[in-house]
Amino acid sequence: MSYEDVLTRYEPVIGLETHVELGTKTKMFCGCKTDFGAEPNTQTCPVCLALPGALPVMNRAAIEATIQIGLALNCDIAEWCRMARKNYFYPDMPKNFQTSQYDEPLCVEGYVDVTVDGKEYRIGIERVHIEEDTGKTLHVGGATGRIHGATESLVDYNRAGIPLVEIVTKPVPGLGALAPEVAKAYVAELRDIVRALGVSDVRMEQGSMRCDVNTSLNLPGDDWGTRTETKNVNSLRSVERAVRSEIIRQAGILDDGGKIFQETRHFQETTGDTRSGRSKETATDYRYFPEPDLVPIAADPVWVTSLREALPEKPSVKRARLREEWGISESDMQSAANAGAVELIEETIAAGASPAGARKWWLGELARRSNELGVELSEAGATPVQVAELQKLVDDGKLNDKLARQVLEGVVAGEGDPAAVMASRGLEVVNDTGALTAAVDEAIAANPDIAAKIRDGKVAAAGALVGAVMKTTRGQADAKTVRDLILERLGAS
Amino acid sequence: MAAISREEVAHLARLSRLAVTEEELDRFAGQFDVILQSVARVGEVAADGIPPTSHSVPLTNVYREDVPTPSLTQEAALSGAPDAYEGRFRVPRILDEEE
Repeated sequence: MSYEDVLTRYEPVIGLETHVELGTKTKMFCGCKTDFGAEPNTQTCPVCLALPGALPVMNRAAIEATIQIGLALNCDIAEWCRMARKNYFYPDMPKNFQTSQYDEPLCVEGYVDVTVDGKEYRIGIERVHIEEDTGKTLHVGGATGRIHGATESLVDYNRAGIPLVEIVTKPVPGLGALAPEVAKAYVAELRDIVRALGVSDVRMEQGSMRCDVNTSLNLPGDDWGTRTETKNVNSLRSVERAVRSEIIRQAGILDDGGKIFQETRHFQETTGDTRSGRSKETATDYRYFPEPDLVPIAADPVWVTSLREALPEKPSVKRARLREEWGISESDMQSAANAGAVELIEETIAAGASPAGARKWWLGELARRSNELGVELSEAGATPVQVAELQKLVDDGKLNDKLARQVLEGVVAGEGDPAAVMASRGLEVVNDTGALTAAVDEAIAANPDIAAKIRDGKVAAAGALVGAVMKTTRGQADAKTVRDLILERLGAS
Repeated sequence: MAAISREEVAHLARLSRLAVTEEELDRFAGQFDVILQSVARVGEVAADGIPPTSHSVPLTNVYREDVPTPSLTQEAALSGAPDAYEGRFRVPRILDEEE
């Protein structure tokens, strides 16, 4: 059963819930730091450990960032709203509840426009609310654990209480086979919007942006089907794969006359499919109620207006501007955006590269490598500064295209900056005219027939001699220089 | 009629991960019922047009600035924990969860 086949019979409806960890210096309800990678349980206090009597106080910067995200997503900002307790019993929250928002989110009714294959899709935003992140649990024991035979969890509460913004889309029907791509484009756009605001580093691979994907299928003309929620979708590529594999899985069940159960599923990075998780507790089971320890939020309209006026250039507008500056087509710009390359190219140009040179490396060698490794482009192993340096070496005639690729190979392998790799691997275009002339003369002597043709004016035959010279110089010569030299030696220039 | 059923008490106990005996179910259902019926009497006097109160003090927008304050040391943070391992709280594993 192919994906295309499934889409001729079923219509998918998708929805996305995205969590963005804010980049505030301190947690949502206490002054503990939020540094990534700190020693376990060194960024905790009585508030985020839920010791008796501790009282939370909201972080103004977190509320501000949530409003900024809401405004950037074209939302209305609530004039008055409250935090809510979401009660559940699990060791990732020492309080036994998560402080979140329920029926009174801070931002509502927005939208994001995304472009896929030249067509624009409007994704409705149902709500944007503020909550807190949970601690990190490390499960040990059984066959895979570090403590043999144990069945327990180890918990680090450094992350517990870090401000988390949840962005929920409305259900999106009518996408057909493009559902996985639109889902990915939406998350990419959201990431760019949040990054432009500077309120989070939105790094999916570090977990500061996380995605849950809701998927359902229905027959044309029928009501929407039962949805499943796929968690643990932690890269742009995985968003696309998760929707796709869940569509295929559900179609298989429906084809066999089976039923889809509303459940939480977990995305498997290695196989690309989803696996059943715990059955979902219902909203009633969370026994939400207004948080008594925190007073309501009544965002001052003057504050909201000033935040609205200070919003940065929209990523879509910025892309249009950069497209002009770089002189590229809309589809080229779109592929750069979908590859997550816009900022990288921009930074490479800022570091001195030409637009064409910068694009070439990020969308060529580095994009290929990030695909092969299944990592984000920014994690492909080279920095914008290194790419700019590489391109400069090419522009200065010190590297030709082939050598530059080898240098880049060394850079991504961690051998150092381009100049260092060039030196250590002994890769440089041979510009020494004496050495080149000797190689050219050697090639002419070895191929008298071809040389005679060139002398007779058939300059196209020079290609064979250029090849011979490149071979003896191990590719370290500039092809055009070699060609000019051959023609000169044979009196054909 | 009772405001809360024995089954509802059992469900709440499950959500709270509390092991409750059959006898306790009967006893707690009775106790909860008294509490709920007392609270329900407040509903009788609440007039239309009076919104439910979640906060008794009419305050909004109480914030702190985004400035770090000292945290507990790892040792202090773990000092009240029943068990710890390599700087982390050690708790019984919740089954049917992900690795």
